[in-house]
Amino acid sequence: MRIVEVAKITENIKEMCIEANHFLSRDMEECFQRAVEQEESPLGRQVLGQLQENLEIAGRDMIPICQDTGMAVVFLEVGQDVHFEGGSVEDAVNEGVRQGYVEGFLRKSVVKDPLIRENTKDNTPAVIHYSIVPGDEVKITVAPKGFGSENMSRIFMLKPADGIEGVKEAILTAVREAGSNACPPMVVGVGIGGTFEKCAFLAKKALTRDVGVRSEIPYVKEMEEELLEKINRLGIGPGGLGGRITAMAVNINTYPTHIAGLPVAVNICCHVNRHAVRTI
Amino acid sequence: MDKHITAPLKDDEIKDLRAGDYVFITGTIYTARDAAHKRMKEALDAGKSLPFDLKGNVIYYMGPSPAREGRPIGSAGPTTASRMDRYAPELLDLGLKGMIGKGKRTQEVRDAIVRNGAVYFAAVGGAGALLSQRIKSAEVIAYDDLGAEAVRKLEVEDFPVIVVMDSEGNNLYETAVLEYRQDQ
Repeated sequence: MRIVEVAKITENIKEMCIEANHFLSRDMEECFQRAVEQEESPLGRQVLGQLQENLEIAGRDMIPICQDTGMAVVFLEVGQDVHFEGGSVEDAVNEGVRQGYVEGFLRKSVVKDPLIRENTKDNTPAVIHYSIVPGDEVKITVAPKGFGSENMSRIFMLKPADGIEGVKEAILTAVREAGSNACPPMVVGVGIGGTFEKCAFLAKKALTRDVGVRSEIPYVKEMEEELLEKINRLGIGPGGLGGRITAMAVNINTYPTHIAGLPVAVNICCHVNRHAVRTI
Repeated sequence: MDKHITAPLKDDEIKDLRAGDYVFITGTIYTARDAAHKRMKEALDAGKSLPFDLKGNVIYYMGPSPAREGRPIGSAGPTTASRMDRYAPELLDLGLKGMIGKGKRTQEVRDAIVRNGAVYFAAVGGAGALLSQRIKSAEVIAYDDLGAEAVRKLEVEDFPVIVVMDSEGNNLYETAVLEYRQDQ
């Protein structure tokens, strides 16, 4: 058994909220560079140029990459041999978000109630996903999610008979409808299978996978590559102003499902696809 | 084509703008997003005045991140315009001449743009740090309690935008995508 002080969770999450909102992750950086090299449209190139300059300014002057610094989505993968001390883990996560957003000059975009809509003024609470894994480490992923792209995400409860072609069409439909709203070039996270909520979770989790790493399942890997190509034939382009690069990656996660169902969730993310990962 | 214009906008300058033009705006613009639009609509319905005169003015759909010390504003990129589509036609009919945001608009908004000789610009979504440097001052003039969503008066210099819908109703999002589509 390993003892982990919850204060350590707070400290890391605070830093990760600030880091993810000011610096592009390494995998996204490489992916973005490829997009710049491949875009043909003059306006598209101009948009990508502005976005590159934006990233330089953000890191240099510590101005968030985007004013929508998101709702903090936190994945905690907790080793089963870990014992937390010093208070509630959930409180520790939210305290980290609070400190990160207040001290890091990040925008407070969370309302306490979805209909009464009063701002909580410190961007809490986070959306926290826990999982128990073997070992004695805690892997933390902080993925602040903006709602320009989140609002364009979709879930489809397809029929088994719709098959792989139905799945591909659903993904293309979501991307086509997202268009200029989702701050393309996008990253497309897809969940296939599970139940309604599991499928949405798979899609969200897919966005945190390194964009340069393809699925280990051969047919899924093929589908990721084929869909990226098809999405980039839609013509939406950077900023939705026309061009070749509409998406930079398609990450698909799958899970067993019921004999009667074929759920497909498409979680769209903007070109920044913020995520910071640490293991403690 | 690159153009430089001043805000508030002049009718003859708007007429010269074409979908696809790259435009640099200098002058005064105002921010308002979801919650501020809701309040403005309530004010209009109650016969009250708005926080600023709409005539000739530009609304930037934007809610900034907090400013660090010594700076006028934090990150300041556009938000999705379609959430304001419900309110925009009425504001355009009352004299609003320009909107800056990102993303598609409804046919009703497009009709109101043409009817009133107005214009819809897109700023680059996700370029909030870069755009913040073109904002020289920012002052909250209404709905302070809304925080990031308060109405702000901004002085901007060479603020870069792209004309998406011009006063004749041309829509860059439709035409530009067609040019690069290869799926049919």
